[in-house]
Amino acid sequence: MSRLPVIVTTIVFLLGFAVCGLHFRHFASTRVVADLLTDNAYLGVLAVGMTFVIISGGIDLSVGAVLGFTTVFLALAIGPWGIPAPLAFVLVLALSAGFGAAMGALIQYLDMPPFIVTLAGLFLARGGAFLLSTQSIPVNSPVYAALVGFRLHIPSGGQIPLITMVMLLVFVVCGVLLHFTRFGANVYALGGSRSSATLMGIPVARTTIRVYMLSSLLAGLSGIIFSLYTSSGYSLSGVGNELDAIAAVVIGGTLLSGGVGTLFGSFVGVMIEGLIQTYITFDGNLSSWWAKIVTGALLFAFIAFQQILSGGVLSSLRRTSAPA
Amino acid sequence: MGIRSVMLPAAIAATLCAGGVARAEGLTVGFSQIGSESGWRAAETTVTRQEAKKNGDTVKIADAQQKQENQIKAIRSFIAQGVDGIFLAPVVATGWTQVLTEAKDAKIPVILLDRDIDPADKALYLTAVTSDSVHEGQVAGDWLVKAVGSKPCNVVEIEGTVGASVAANRKKGFDDAVAKDPNIKIIRSETGDFTRSQGKQVMESFIKSVGGKNICAVYAHNDDMMIGAIQAMKEAGLKPGQDILTVSVDSVPDMFKAMMAHEANATVELTPDMAGPAFQALNAYKKSGTVPPKWIETKSTLHTSQDSDLQQIYDEKKNLGY
Repeated sequence: MSRLPVIVTTIVFLLGFAVCGLHFRHFASTRVVADLLTDNAYLGVLAVGMTFVIISGGIDLSVGAVLGFTTVFLALAIGPWGIPAPLAFVLVLALSAGFGAAMGALIQYLDMPPFIVTLAGLFLARGGAFLLSTQSIPVNSPVYAALVGFRLHIPSGGQIPLITMVMLLVFVVCGVLLHFTRFGANVYALGGSRSSATLMGIPVARTTIRVYMLSSLLAGLSGIIFSLYTSSGYSLSGVGNELDAIAAVVIGGTLLSGGVGTLFGSFVGVMIEGLIQTYITFDGNLSSWWAKIVTGALLFAFIAFQQILSGGVLSSLRRTSAPA
Repeated sequence: MGIRSVMLPAAIAATLCAGGVARAEGLTVGFSQIGSESGWRAAETTVTRQEAKKNGDTVKIADAQQKQENQIKAIRSFIAQGVDGIFLAPVVATGWTQVLTEAKDAKIPVILLDRDIDPADKALYLTAVTSDSVHEGQVAGDWLVKAVGSKPCNVVEIEGTVGASVAANRKKGFDDAVAKDPNIKIIRSETGDFTRSQGKQVMESFIKSVGGKNICAVYAHNDDMMIGAIQAMKEAGLKPGQDILTVSVDSVPDMFKAMMAHEANATVELTPDMAGPAFQALNAYKKSGTVPPKWIETKSTLHTSQDSDLQQIYDEKKNLGY
């Protein structure tokens, strides 16, 4: 029953790809598939963190801003501050993990809604990025050039650069973490019901803090990916990406109320969003705002579909017809 | 248009007979546009479509909604489609090296429109088609020098947004041009933030502080501010275009209306037609391998209220989406 949304999402993606492939020349090629992965690598990594957060019953609105902050921090650290790139990566990951842990702690110990805490986090991180610099700063470092240049060539024009490999690795490692470890099981339990999780003796506080820490850590990693993607830092990068990530997770079959979802579904959700954008550029005459409209329509369709599946509609009907 | 439509197939037939490798169809070009944040940019997109149609080329337009990642994605899928050329109006100056290298590897020439980028390697693009905003200011200044003649003239200047390079350049060009004429003095200069309402406020304060009679000319860094200033002059009982000379930059349709009503004197055009020269350069490059110069400067045409073609230009411009 809980597998059905993921299967439907996957079918939608495959159908969509087949339609595009028949409709456009050059579409069904390794290059387009590789581009789809590469161009959405940063979004994929954000979606991984978001999946954990949403399954645990929360939300993280700060990830796009953390991404933006990371790109500016890296550009300044590697450029004017003269910090070696690997050290800068470690610093920025530590910084973002700490940021997430702090948000998790606020949510847990002050019993504040995740929506508010992470919204404050969004403003803080985005504001911090602007404070550092409002310019777009190029990164001219030999380490960057080497990392960007490292790529696998696959037949017929496709390329898999490092950032794509990192994204796929993150999906695999976090897939194991979510589906095969105690921590993962605790995340599901937390989203199912907080109070029963407490009664079952699940370490609620520790799990909550770790979930937000993981989400911010991955947002930082996504920032590193974005920074490599553009070889520059810009305080406006990643604006609104938290919403794209949430949309991908929900389209991928994760319930916004928590407790249900898979990482594979989120991966397909990201690919569907990328596919819509690619369709629009291939067409060349559609307004690019259609991407948002179609994503919105899909989102609505999937939420309605899940609601019906989970019996929400039936049970609410039953509730209204039952005697008071 | 009629002649052109006859000539185009004829030209194609001629090149085919000559055994050239010319295609029966035109080129397919991908255009990664920044967005549609201003009337000028909307006009640029419309003109790009028109130019493509005129040349028999096909253009695929991707609106990036002000986001660099969307532009990179668009360029990647243009490469995947195997287009003949890519036009890019970059939203930021940095971060293009990787994706432009990929275009270069795929042997697809890239032409920058209306903004420059900051690459380590200029070989990554074929050419950049941009205007010279210092020159725009110069053209405006030269016009004023000629219009004033030997009379002494006090000028007030309404500047664009502080810190915007366009504003600084348009100021420099104008100031340098009028500095040559000892009759002309710039007595006041303030920012109007490129907007109509601010332009009007700044002009009101000029009129209050120096008196309308003591102002002989107004220079505004864009037409919108000038349209606001014209309103302020009219409200103060002055006759803009007659009592006070006006010159500004951009050539938006409303400025032509004002010139036809003799309420404004001159405007320097920032052409939305960046694509025209780009298509020309690309076609020449594709057909005969002619490498264009690294920078193609668009013309900064001066339009004055004396011109006879104002109505015609207004009609052409009003449907471009300004």
